Amino acid sequence: MSQLSIETPAVEKRSPAPQAEPKPYKILKQRSGWQALNVRELWQFRDLLVMFAQRDLRLRYKQTILGVAWVVLQPLISAAILAFVFGRVAKLPGPANVPYFVFTYVGMIAWTLFSTTLTKSSGSLVGNANLVTKVYFPRLVLPLSTVLSSLLDFGVALLMLVPIELMNHVKPGASLLLLPIWVGLVLMLATGIGLHAASLMVSYRDIQHILPVATMFLMFASPVAYTISGISGKTKLLYTLNPITGILEGFRWSLLNTGTPQAGVLAYSAIFSFIVFVWGAYSFRRMERKFADVI
Amino acid sequence: MSSNDIAISIRALSKSYTITSNVERHITMAEALLDRAKNPFRRLETETFWALTEVAFDVAQGEVVGIIGRNGAGKSTLLKVLSQITEPTAGEVRLYGRVGSLLEVGTGFHPELTGRENIYMNGAILGMSRREIHRQFDQIVDFAEVVTFLDTPVKRYSSGMYVRLAFAIAAHLNPEILIVDEVLAVGDAAFQAKCLGKMEDVAKSGRTVLFVSHNMDAVRRLCTRGIVIEGGRAIYDGPTQEALRSYFDMTRRPTTITSVGLKNRLNRTSGAVRFTQVTAQDALGQPTWDFRSGDSIRFALTFEAHEDVRNLGIYVSISSLRSKEIITTISEPLTDSPVQAGETHSCIVELPHNTLRPGDYSLYFLLGSANLQTEYDVVDENINIPILSVTSEETDPYKTRGYCSMATDITFN
Repeated sequence: MSQLSIETPAVEKRSPAPQAEPKPYKILKQRSGWQALNVRELWQFRDLLVMFAQRDLRLRYKQTILGVAWVVLQPLISAAILAFVFGRVAKLPGPANVPYFVFTYVGMIAWTLFSTTLTKSSGSLVGNANLVTKVYFPRLVLPLSTVLSSLLDFGVALLMLVPIELMNHVKPGASLLLLPIWVGLVLMLATGIGLHAASLMVSYRDIQHILPVATMFLMFASPVAYTISGISGKTKLLYTLNPITGILEGFRWSLLNTGTPQAGVLAYSAIFSFIVFVWGAYSFRRMERKFADVI
Repeated sequence: MSSNDIAISIRALSKSYTITSNVERHITMAEALLDRAKNPFRRLETETFWALTEVAFDVAQGEVVGIIGRNGAGKSTLLKVLSQITEPTAGEVRLYGRVGSLLEVGTGFHPELTGRENIYMNGAILGMSRREIHRQFDQIVDFAEVVTFLDTPVKRYSSGMYVRLAFAIAAHLNPEILIVDEVLAVGDAAFQAKCLGKMEDVAKSGRTVLFVSHNMDAVRRLCTRGIVIEGGRAIYDGPTQEALRSYFDMTRRPTTITSVGLKNRLNRTSGAVRFTQVTAQDALGQPTWDFRSGDSIRFALTFEAHEDVRNLGIYVSISSLRSKEIITTISEPLTDSPVQAGETHSCIVELPHNTLRPGDYSLYFLLGSANLQTEYDVVDENINIPILSVTSEETDPYKTRGYCSMATDITFN
């Protein structure tokens, strides 16, 4: 062979001219500190995101008799209970010209959107530990997929509001158009906290036990079943510090056409929710690389 | 190899884990809290365990590489790093193509979902788009032979059907680089052959495959190159035949265990007498961990006393890998005379003509007081002693029925 190669022009034997090092598809090495969100990769995995949400929906009502009816029954029943306790027993004043039940129903569906998104997204990593340790996909897919299913529940409960409002002669005004904003804010706030809780829960399962208590506290600390119109002074200030207060006011403004909330309160809620969301997403990415080793 | 047909390039790859070792076992949370309150400033002693040390090799496009090594050698960690599940501690990996990995059959299967739903779910988890799965759907169903059960929840599937469906989905993945860990170890013989055939097709289609298996025949058949991993290092890299030979040479060496996992061992036992060497041998005294059904299996055990001990007893058990004990032998006491500190003794435990069916078994050796009330030292899979592997020349149609065939007398009237 070596004799032959002397006669053969060297050019033919060589692979075509030295090339630049090919660009790797991906480089794996230790990262540290803050990571970019990598939205492009998330987009590549959008099918998986939808699939997780579908799975969640399919599984939820398997082997139940009432099935999907629960989506409507849950907020109806809890709104009825709250209306009874706060409206009848405690005799808190509701807003004028809106029955107390309708008022709590709106509060309840907004609150349920918040609490289910928070609960599900925070439990999504630990609940899928077998996946986290066995396959790669952007980990953000898991908590984000829970948003879809809670959003669907919210949609159904919202439809239910139509007959309720008709029966009680309540009409929303033009502010109805702003509803997507309040929904967006609730989701940002809930997933922001949820993402952080999810990554903490990987190492500290205590979060699992703290979260329900904290959520319950937050529910009573937010005007879900009562108005803050009667509250004044320092307590009022405390309430406005709670970002959920502003969002709930927004929901009621859009759906029940109750009074226009103060712009400052709304802006505070919006900025707060946005910051919490960004903080949650980045801290999730930061802790992400440890998940498979610790979970 | 010119630089433009490279698929994977691994440079000085290391991975370490931190193990906390002095955590005493707390039964209740109250106990744990109490302990914390008593010693609030005690730092947890941590040990750094290097699962991979400075691993480096390149894989060309279209190469089929077998990764072989003993349990706990670091194979799975390597695959986990390559499939991006966990991050390297040092070094880097360059991947020149999409990676599909299959580290466990049926990852993400949900028992409540139907076969059809699980195909879409599992496909998406493994990285296929909905359209890709849709296109391959019929092939997957055909391959898995589950057409009639498509709309049945997989919790009602037989374990064979379950495994077939899971493998079928993975086999229809189309990434440029495929990483496969020990998936052929499942299913019945016919299906295993079918899977192996499918893997050969994948390899022939020019895709790069990294393949981990304890099934050496499969490695021999599929792979053109073998890499032997031991103690977190790639100790051999070359043609499959030579790699297998180097692996077998290695596993035949006796396992000296003076310091292996000593801390871990002493957590569980008193350490009054400690194992120093554990070897498995064939009838001729040659060290090996691979046997055929019917061979005699001998364990040569050496141990050293650190304290004076009376009535020393030994306990040996062989378990299926799902840790159900199959065979246990107890000797109590080993000797009538007391064993004194500093003395070294050895004993041989022999199973003449083993009746184990083909498969992998884990071993457990215990030194203790004769009534086994005090445990002096335990050596088992937790400290990575080798797996006992039994093969058989004959095809045994009943090999899935039980682990052990006993000599039986059957009278026909």
